[in-house]
Amino acid sequence: MKHLPSERHTLSILVDNEAGVLARIVGLFSARGYNIDSLTVADVSGDHAVSRITVVTNGPPPVIEQIIAQLDRIVPVHRVLDLTALGPHVEREMALVKVAGKGAQRDEALRIADIFRARPVDTTTGSFVFEVSGPTSKVDQFIALMREVGLVEVARTGVVAIARGAEAV
Amino acid sequence: MSAELTGAEIVVQALTDLGVEVIFGYPGGAVLPIYDALFAQGRIRHILVRHEQAAVHAAEGYARSSGKVGVVLVTSGPGATNAVTGITDALMDSIPLVVLTGQVPTHLIGTDAFQECDTVGITRHCSKHNYLVQDTARLGGVIHEAFYIARSGRPGPVVIDIPKDVQILKARYEKPGVIGHKTYKPQVKGNLSSIEAAVEMIAAAERPIFYTGGGIINSGPVATQLLRELARVTGAPVTSTLMGLGTMPNEHPQFLGMLGMHGSYEANMAMNRCDLMVCLGARFDDRVTGRLDAFSPNSKKIHVDIDRSSLNKTVRVDLGILGDVGGVMEDMLKVWKARGKKAGDLEQWWSDIAGWRARDSFGFEQKGETLLPQHAIKRLYEMTKAQKPIISTEVGQHQMWAAQHFGFDAPNKWLTSGGLGTMGYGLPAAIGAQVANPGALCIDIAGEASIQMNIQELGTASQYNLPVKIFIINNQYMGMVRQWQELNHGSRYSHSYSESLPDFVKLGEAYGWKGIVIDSASGLDEGIAAMLAHDGPVIVDCRVSKLANCFPMIPSGASHVDMILHADETRGEADEDAKALV
Ligand SMILES: Cc1ncc(C[n+]2csc(CCOP(=O)(O)OP(=O)(O)O)c2C)c(N)n1
Ligand SMILES: [Mg+2]
Repeated sequence: MKHLPSERHTLSILVDNEAGVLARIVGLFSARGYNIDSLTVADVSGDHAVSRITVVTNGPPPVIEQIIAQLDRIVPVHRVLDLTALGPHVEREMALVKVAGKGAQRDEALRIADIFRARPVDTTTGSFVFEVSGPTSKVDQFIALMREVGLVEVARTGVVAIARGAEAV
Repeated sequence: MSAELTGAEIVVQALTDLGVEVIFGYPGGAVLPIYDALFAQGRIRHILVRHEQAAVHAAEGYARSSGKVGVVLVTSGPGATNAVTGITDALMDSIPLVVLTGQVPTHLIGTDAFQECDTVGITRHCSKHNYLVQDTARLGGVIHEAFYIARSGRPGPVVIDIPKDVQILKARYEKPGVIGHKTYKPQVKGNLSSIEAAVEMIAAAERPIFYTGGGIINSGPVATQLLRELARVTGAPVTSTLMGLGTMPNEHPQFLGMLGMHGSYEANMAMNRCDLMVCLGARFDDRVTGRLDAFSPNSKKIHVDIDRSSLNKTVRVDLGILGDVGGVMEDMLKVWKARGKKAGDLEQWWSDIAGWRARDSFGFEQKGETLLPQHAIKRLYEMTKAQKPIISTEVGQHQMWAAQHFGFDAPNKWLTSGGLGTMGYGLPAAIGAQVANPGALCIDIAGEASIQMNIQELGTASQYNLPVKIFIINNQYMGMVRQWQELNHGSRYSHSYSESLPDFVKLGEAYGWKGIVIDSASGLDEGIAAMLAHDGPVIVDCRVSKLANCFPMIPSGASHVDMILHADETRGEADEDAKALV
């Protein structure tokens, strides 16, 4: 079963906002040998009652099915949604990208940032910090280009995602 | 409005309201307020064990033999960590427990205080759920919720960690009404159209088999009756996992015995050759399936389970039905009758099975005075079966021989550590079963190595006048380890000899037990009779053949058809892949 080709899936997990719930989720992945490509978590309710955890994972389809079933049996989990399987959804992540350089390198960095609609959020005479957001592939691409013009360091949020359309899931 | 109670009083009151009659525990600084509250009341009986691991196994034995939730009370730090093996055992075997642990006061949490440990962290992945209660006002509700979670859905252990200040502060407590949970809602009722499809598949099968497990026992006694009825109307053979023994009567003509690594030849062959497998409350454990890619290659598979994550976990099935196995079998029978189904023509199938049965894979021949372990267990069965005993075991060869040669006719009579395989389980489990069933004959079939892992519990049985019996199959080896060394590691018996064994008779006597030695085939019946005649606890040191191996056996990583039936078929040295398997 584990020899089938891997797929990337974005899971949205709605959990009760109680102590230890993130440890339960993360611990499940490590205990059972599942992959986490990215993970985000934040309170999404007006009353601090519910958090949404977005996990990007990969594995063959039966493993993805197991991950969802295993997550679903954790007591404080309300719902697990496989956004990838559910269909059209939006995925975004944000990165803060620090580049250092002078002269032409600096101009080039700004030009690329412009194309990617990345905003400089911090500037010194020798550096920029750009804020870039978009699908993972766009952020990856931006960082790859910045590598050539003086990339210093990167901080990324990981993916957040939501289904398209008017309804809540 | 109710008066305010201390947290400790709330614990006792909530347990009382939940109908708890017994708790198994061990005191310490962080639970003294609860012990004080227990002291002041007369409704809940407290059984003082000698080690916290044993408290949990005793609660498991209590739960499994009675169908009730087992309750444990231990202190913080070492009390909690000692309980971890038992909690894990209960998780693996789906046993409903509530484990109350003391914790250092909330203001000291995180400071490496005396006897502080991160109990919720440590038990997070070996419990079904756990709580750290930081507010006395929440304590009562948490306890009620914990019982609901422990016993509903797939049962399991729930841990409640209670800091000492929470036990001392006061709050109002009210017995809650119907317990629900906002996120935890196990699906109990099986999908009807799936059940109808299952019935059609069963009726159409030419070589069906029911593969049944501990889920049927967990579902309650009615499920056992439903299984027997299902077997009757369909005429299909039934095999059971280690955990499910007792749901089909041992002597029933449709029962093929246990399947799996040390299961019967007929059960494993039938699993391999069937055209329809109906798995009821079992989970395709590796001890059952053997090599996965060779597991029952030509069958359609139906799987009924209360735990969604068990469906399609290791074996892909054609039809998964999520729900309580008892309810699903009831619906199956209704549909079967409503649609006027009749048992199919299974003559050819039964004749194949008869051929496999004729191999007599559990057969053995007791010759001479050296006792064969199989014979000892068989005679123990024959001499006690009229009393419908409750049998627990330790882990090893004796456990498998007990499963093979001790016949069970009813559920809740067989207590063995299946999933975790915990040596030291059997004695405390027998104690727990005896507490739940005061008049019953409770016997721990033990190995001389395993029994030493919780031997201190001899004292618990003495203290409470529990007449449990320990029947040690003493082969002077960690027999199961030695068997694997013989089969896979060139008979290099590295550290598997039980050196420096105690004199079990004297050891028993030191605790006020009766001790008996059986050391010959001709003395066996007399020894068993003497054990049964004594109305207090008895430890029997039954010395058996040292080098007997447990067969039949599917070697790790082999398929059902590659079963070793006799000792002369073994290899002696395994290749690296096989050595790596457990
Ligand atoms: C706590 C624990 N430690 C180690 C093992 C590994 N183990 C499995 S069976 C066994 C030997 C048991 O020996 P004994 O109790 O004498 O039983 P026998 O196999 O001889 O019947 C061991 C060490 C285990 N199952 N549990
Ligand atoms: Mg032994």
